[in-house]
Amino acid sequence: MTFLDFEKPIAELLEQIEKAKQIAEKSKIDISATIRELHQKVQDTRKDIYSKLTPWQRVQLSRHPDRPYTLSYIHSITDGTFLEMFGDRTVKDDKAIVGGFGSVDGKTVMFIGQQKGNTTKQRQYRNFGMANPEGYRKALRLMKMAEKFGKPVVTLIDTPGAYPGLEAEERGQGEAIARNLFEMAKLRVPVICIIIGEGASGGALGIGIGDRVLMLENTWYSVISPESCSSILWRSWDYKERAAEVLKLTADDMLANKLIDGIIKEPIGGAQTEPEEMYKTVKEEIQKYLSQLFALDTDELVRQRIEKFCAMGAYAEIDSVPAVD
Amino acid sequence: MSWFQRIKGGITTSTKEKKETPEGLWHKCPSCKNIVLAKDHAVNCYVCEKCNYHDRIGSEDYYSIIFDEGKYLELFPNLISGDPLNFVDTKKYADRIVESRKKSGLNDAIRSAHGEVLGEDLVICCMDFTYIGGSMGSVVGEKIAKSIDYCIEKKVPFMIISKSGGARMMEAAFSLMQMAKTSAKLTLLADAKLPFISLLTDPTTGGVTASYAMLGDLNIGEPGALIGFAGPRVVKETIGKDLPKGFQTAEFVLEHGFLDFIVNRRELKVKLAQVLGFFRN
Repeated sequence: MTFLDFEKPIAELLEQIEKAKQIAEKSKIDISATIRELHQKVQDTRKDIYSKLTPWQRVQLSRHPDRPYTLSYIHSITDGTFLEMFGDRTVKDDKAIVGGFGSVDGKTVMFIGQQKGNTTKQRQYRNFGMANPEGYRKALRLMKMAEKFGKPVVTLIDTPGAYPGLEAEERGQGEAIARNLFEMAKLRVPVICIIIGEGASGGALGIGIGDRVLMLENTWYSVISPESCSSILWRSWDYKERAAEVLKLTADDMLANKLIDGIIKEPIGGAQTEPEEMYKTVKEEIQKYLSQLFALDTDELVRQRIEKFCAMGAYAEIDSVPAVD
Repeated sequence: MSWFQRIKGGITTSTKEKKETPEGLWHKCPSCKNIVLAKDHAVNCYVCEKCNYHDRIGSEDYYSIIFDEGKYLELFPNLISGDPLNFVDTKKYADRIVESRKKSGLNDAIRSAHGEVLGEDLVICCMDFTYIGGSMGSVVGEKIAKSIDYCIEKKVPFMIISKSGGARMMEAAFSLMQMAKTSAKLTLLADAKLPFISLLTDPTTGGVTASYAMLGDLNIGEPGALIGFAGPRVVKETIGKDLPKGFQTAEFVLEHGFLDFIVNRRELKVKLAQVLGFFRN
């Protein structure tokens, strides 16, 4: 188990429990009461820490190395029926985005999402979840297939951003993302987008136009990562905590600003503490929203989706153009 | 005894007698240093007659170059940014808005106008780089959205002239969602079978490239314009090598298949009229 810096009190308590157990074994003294007490303390501490997380701590949690990634969700939700499909039919297969059909209690669903790796080797193989243009084009190919056969689309978003590489530019990273925004806006099947980790900018939005956009409790979604924001606005890497605050990137803030449609609760301590419970919750949410969306007529579905995104923005109307100084 | 002796005195003209050259009478090309009369430079659409360098110009210049007799009807001029997040970095965003409006004489980084191009109707949303780096925030998104509604209602072709560093950080996720908003609106323009022309000028990067700028029926570039998703500095840091010459120029983007053609600003108006004619006839 990996502990983040603010989880230290929990790690210390768990260590105490281990020590107590060892002592008990050696000295044959019954200390089960003490251990029970310590376990209670762990729970209380967890609750306490997790009830007042700062935005930056949530960003850290969204990147927790033990946090489940896209494929784990898909395998669990589809009960092992997931059939992965590769390639954009133009350039190659992008390992940073996965996709394919799976069955959710007998109903076919197209799953698409960014995939991160668990080991150093895997992380490189998955390019840290940073997709190239062919990743977005693979995603679009699969979405169009789902549309053709009337199957809903569920995207799972977890990316530090679209890959800013030389070849990505050559192959039109901007065009690939733009095309997805355009096509997803008018896709004639229900689309649910769930941010399960990091939702960084255009790289996230590139598979993020849906009838319902949901965020897990300990994730973030914004136009830029707090680190990059700090380096641009403050010209230093030291203001990431501050940047995390001002960007209003947590699920609560995003919902309050009406930029997402809902929040999915995580187990106390984050998705990584009880992954199975997390998968189950996400599956239930998907089923709940799909049945809502299937009740709508297709024209109405698309109309509502477009209208929802068009309503986003904060501006005012004034009387005149300013005079130049 | 010194080795050098001053024979002539230094500057002897007194400050009172100093002759001032009027500001802005001459224009020096930032690329080839060629000097021309500023008046001639304007007639030349702010393009260097010697090296073809295209100066960065604002919406007013584009409108006067493109629209017949420079005449147009400005649409939705009175939208200004809210400050939805009460954003404060080294400065308050609210103050930045006031300051930028005063300094640029503009209400935001985009203007919208309806005019005629050699008799062809056209609505043009044109971005201004002088307003917070041409960054895309809620007003940019809303003006584009409103302009598209206007085009659909009046059955007029639509054009966006992009010139932007990308999304405006001070509106955070609101800025991000303008990418979704503008792209979603463009689907309605496409359904109405109205042409959308995107002109990408120096620079067009970030979220603007990754939304409306790349979604034209025709994507047109200005010569030498920087066009890309990630900025060159970021790409350089990512690959840890120097970038090849000409990387992310309009010519580069055309070679890789993402622009329909590149047009010299002096021919822009005629080309636009030709294109609009093709769509209409």
